[in-house]
Amino acid sequence: MLASLFVIALFITGCSDDRRGATIYLKGSDTMVNLCQKWVEAYMKRNDSVRIIITGGGSGNGITALLNGSADIACVSRELFPTEIERAEATKTQLSTTTVALDGISVVVNEKAGISELSVDQLKGIFTGKIKNYREVGGADLPVSLYGRESNSGTFAFFRENILGGEDFARSTHVLQGTAALVEAVSKDKRGIAYGSVGYFIDKPGLVIIRVKTPGNHDSVSPVDSNHPNYHDIRTGRYLISRKLNFIIRDSSKEAISDFIGFVLSDEGQKIASDMKFIPLK
Amino acid sequence: MKRDNGSSFAVESENSVFRSKKKSFRISSDLFFAFLVRSAGLLTFLLVFLFFVLMIYQGLRVFEFISPSDLLFSETGGTRVYEWYPVSQDPRFSVVPLIVGTLLTAIPATLISTIFGVGTGVYISEFASPALRRSLKNLIDLFASLPTVAVGFIFLTVVATFFSDLFNPASRLNAALSALGLSLIIIPQIASLTGDALRAVPRETRLAAYSLGAGKWRTVKDVVLPAAGNGISAGIILGFGRAIGDTMIVLMISGNADNLVLDPFSSVRTMTATIAAELGEVSPGTAHFHALFFIGLLLFLMSIILNLIVRALVKRFTGGKKEARSV
Repeated sequence: MLASLFVIALFITGCSDDRRGATIYLKGSDTMVNLCQKWVEAYMKRNDSVRIIITGGGSGNGITALLNGSADIACVSRELFPTEIERAEATKTQLSTTTVALDGISVVVNEKAGISELSVDQLKGIFTGKIKNYREVGGADLPVSLYGRESNSGTFAFFRENILGGEDFARSTHVLQGTAALVEAVSKDKRGIAYGSVGYFIDKPGLVIIRVKTPGNHDSVSPVDSNHPNYHDIRTGRYLISRKLNFIIRDSSKEAISDFIGFVLSDEGQKIASDMKFIPLK
Repeated sequence: MKRDNGSSFAVESENSVFRSKKKSFRISSDLFFAFLVRSAGLLTFLLVFLFFVLMIYQGLRVFEFISPSDLLFSETGGTRVYEWYPVSQDPRFSVVPLIVGTLLTAIPATLISTIFGVGTGVYISEFASPALRRSLKNLIDLFASLPTVAVGFIFLTVVATFFSDLFNPASRLNAALSALGLSLIIIPQIASLTGDALRAVPRETRLAAYSLGAGKWRTVKDVVLPAAGNGISAGIILGFGRAIGDTMIVLMISGNADNLVLDPFSSVRTMTATIAAELGEVSPGTAHFHALFFIGLLLFLMSIILNLIVRALVKRFTGGKKEARSV
């Protein structure tokens, strides 16, 4: 049944290849969906012979789709897992990765929590459930209520690897669907704390974006610089929770795909990334 | 009476003479539609059957990866932990917190819905004036068809805030809130099935009660409600089934934390929400993938059992009546 669907999909793309040029399927990170949408709109204005279809669903879904052939580009907001590299090798697929933008992950609390900066160790303590009250990190006497993403989220995986050192999030973490839901929840729950792409949290009422302390000195760095992300400190890595947003493609890809990626990396493409509150490469 | 029958016979035979030229066409189209309907029925049966087989096959394959006891608890350092955390580096597959989470939303939802649903059903079918009854019935049907995602959205953005101001729960999104959300779609269902059950009580039963001098309320309470008891219970159990099976409301407003707790004001994760949130991400053929199918199998079995109970109740309800009439 799946196979026949796949054949039908191939047949349809085959047809459109003849008449109107290629169709590119883009799938993956929910963080990147809106950004990709903007890129595709701008690209298709200039080049209407190509159709690009975008779906979200999480970084993990994007790679699964890339490996089973139902997507041409996987949008992935984290590094590949070893298991995913193994799966690619098992299917004899060569993957190549292009970084298309940078992103800072910010931690936010409700303004009533009374904290504005945390160290990485404190973040780890809070999100693994060892720190249960904001009082323990110098804030108000309020119990911590954790909010996070589902496990297919690249942000979830990135945060776990880089802040929790691979340990599990506390069981009491509320799992919500998408970063926008986290914004909503934390702005209404005075005990709430959550993490996500910095662009989602800028200028949202009721939220405080946490400054992350650099180990070894007393500095703390904010991922935000007035009303846009802190480009400098995210690019240099001085803000500790920064990551690369990647396009992953099969090596045997069509020409149309590399043309699209060329556009994304161009000045115009990178301008769109900064308009969407992500961090352009240069 | 007999003459009437005779004349209608005559008309029919006249008709068939009139149409005799088209007879061959009629037969073939009859056969065609019979074939169409029969194959549609068979196809549905086949699909359900295949679905069941697939569910069992994929669900039971979880035991190729982990032992049955792993689905109940895992042992770390001599202590048993009941946790669902399949994406951890040390994966845990206990379905216990998920089952508890499901029951912690479904049971309160069914209790609330029983009180309000049966009450509404009794009022509409026994006490409301005919005009009011019609408009209330339409309203109830409208409520029953509310998209669950809309209910979830309203609860997430508006009701959750009221609720936490009112009760100051351990977490803002919690089981009790989900139970309220679920009630919104189950109350109409129970109300409408209660109404059906009450209307199925024969008129003679009520008249007998009235003739013994019982008033309206006495009749409803002591005669009609007990007579419709099985039908109402069937409605309540169907409502419970809906509460267990609903996905969208609990996914949005239960908070999805897999706490193993009995406090309805804390956040829980249900079986359905787990499947919905995680099935998209798993790679096929892993323990996690088959564990999700196993949860689906459990849900399927629950709904089969509930349906069997309902069937037994309804059979007693209608079967008993037929016996009484034939005697």
